[in-house]
Amino acid sequence: MKIMHCPLNGPRNIQEFVYGGEVRDMPADDASDTAWADYVFLENNAATVVREWWMHAASGFWFIAERDTRTDEILRTYAPDDAARTDAKTGDA
Amino acid sequence: MPFGLLKFGLSKTYPARRILPRQQDLKSRYDVVIIGAGGHGLATAYYLATRHGITNVAVLDKGYLAGGNTARNTAIIRANYLTPEGVAFYKESMDLWRGLSDEFDLNILYSTRGHLTLAHTDGAMRTARWRAEVNKHLGVDSELIYPDEIARLCPQLDLSKHVRYPILGALHHPPGATARHDAVAWGYAEGAARHGVEIHQHTEVTGINVSGGRVTGVETTRGTIECGQVLQAVAGASSLVAGMAGLKLPIKTIPLQACVSVPLKPFLDPIIVSGSLHVYIWQTSRGELVMGGATDPYPLYSTRSTLDFKEGLMAHILELFPFLSEVRLNRQWAGMADMTPDFSPVMGMTPIGGYYIDSGWGTWGFKATPVAGFRMAECISTNRQPDLLHPFRIGRFESFGQVGEKGAASVGH
Repeated sequence: MKIMHCPLNGPRNIQEFVYGGEVRDMPADDASDTAWADYVFLENNAATVVREWWMHAASGFWFIAERDTRTDEILRTYAPDDAARTDAKTGDA
Repeated sequence: MPFGLLKFGLSKTYPARRILPRQQDLKSRYDVVIIGAGGHGLATAYYLATRHGITNVAVLDKGYLAGGNTARNTAIIRANYLTPEGVAFYKESMDLWRGLSDEFDLNILYSTRGHLTLAHTDGAMRTARWRAEVNKHLGVDSELIYPDEIARLCPQLDLSKHVRYPILGALHHPPGATARHDAVAWGYAEGAARHGVEIHQHTEVTGINVSGGRVTGVETTRGTIECGQVLQAVAGASSLVAGMAGLKLPIKTIPLQACVSVPLKPFLDPIIVSGSLHVYIWQTSRGELVMGGATDPYPLYSTRSTLDFKEGLMAHILELFPFLSEVRLNRQWAGMADMTPDFSPVMGMTPIGGYYIDSGWGTWGFKATPVAGFRMAECISTNRQPDLLHPFRIGRFESFGQVGEKGAASVGH
């Protein structure tokens, strides 16, 4: 059984979680159709460590996971507001 | 006896038939470079050489011939899709499939079995009726049938009403078939090589050279090649190769798992699929049951197998065939599938001059091998998008013109 660590509920079976796609910035309201099509349909689909949205289905809790898409190793999980604080501190986008 | 066999094997009187010529040195220039020596890449090379007279072609692969998804699919061939665009495309593929053994003078074990897509809900019945009408309109043999007819075609199925998902009906597709996947790849490879196409295995492309919006060549682990045209046919790694050319694709790479049982006496004629239960099962001529289901729930560049998948798959298989509960599995594997948002391929011209793409082969790539090769060869030789491939153009997402192929194996109903 593969375990994922939910920031709210602790370690749980991976089957309790739903994948929600890569963490990306949403285009501005007045962005072009091309920019929106890119956001909605196109994928970076990188073979590396990627930041992704995941949800714990039983509690409906959304969080961010850092996962290696080559090995399926989950390196880190954290609540999105923690991410915002970390980003503000380090200045990372 | 063993000595007799050895003597026969070593005798010059009976030389082993060599299918491909020995690997040559890479030339510094080809007219066309095809990245990926799987079914699609080899079929394109074959049709370029035999139909369009383009023979100065190199097919490159970082691994060995037909060792990727060509070897990892479950070899089901059908044309009973939902959209008119999809049905027309896969119908042409089936027409080509039926002629391949003659064309190659090699038995590809094409076997017409009939194909049943079971419906367990009112929604699935509606989809089956819809698919049957679209299919018949385009000349593809499909019909909605009810449990009495299903019992006649496949008496082994549990058709009782006392199960979790009783079978209400099925989309019956009599031309549904299977073929030997290795034979198809080797048939195309041998035919292409006979016409002068060079197949270079263990030759990895590490870069794609583009200058002034046109492709000028590729970098490989065995040196630089100049060329005027490049096709990428590397489903599973499409985003990575396209990224070398600066293209971004609407593709997630998601594992698709499958398995086979130990061989059993022949008992199952048709190919059985259930979209609602996410399973498909058929019996090979060797007696093994080939079984598969939906793709994994999230993206991954790996061909690992999981117990979760088998547990879910077997729970549903046993609902259909309870008497298989004591049968053991023989092998398990996974392929990396190019999943697109509309369950359709991404094929043809790209914004880069001379660069062509054959990708987005999710769970529907094997059955498309002949038509993908046939039409991509036309695309490369004429440098325009064939009409049949227009719905699958790379730019359809920007204009919000998706195909919406809900007849794909991975789509639940």
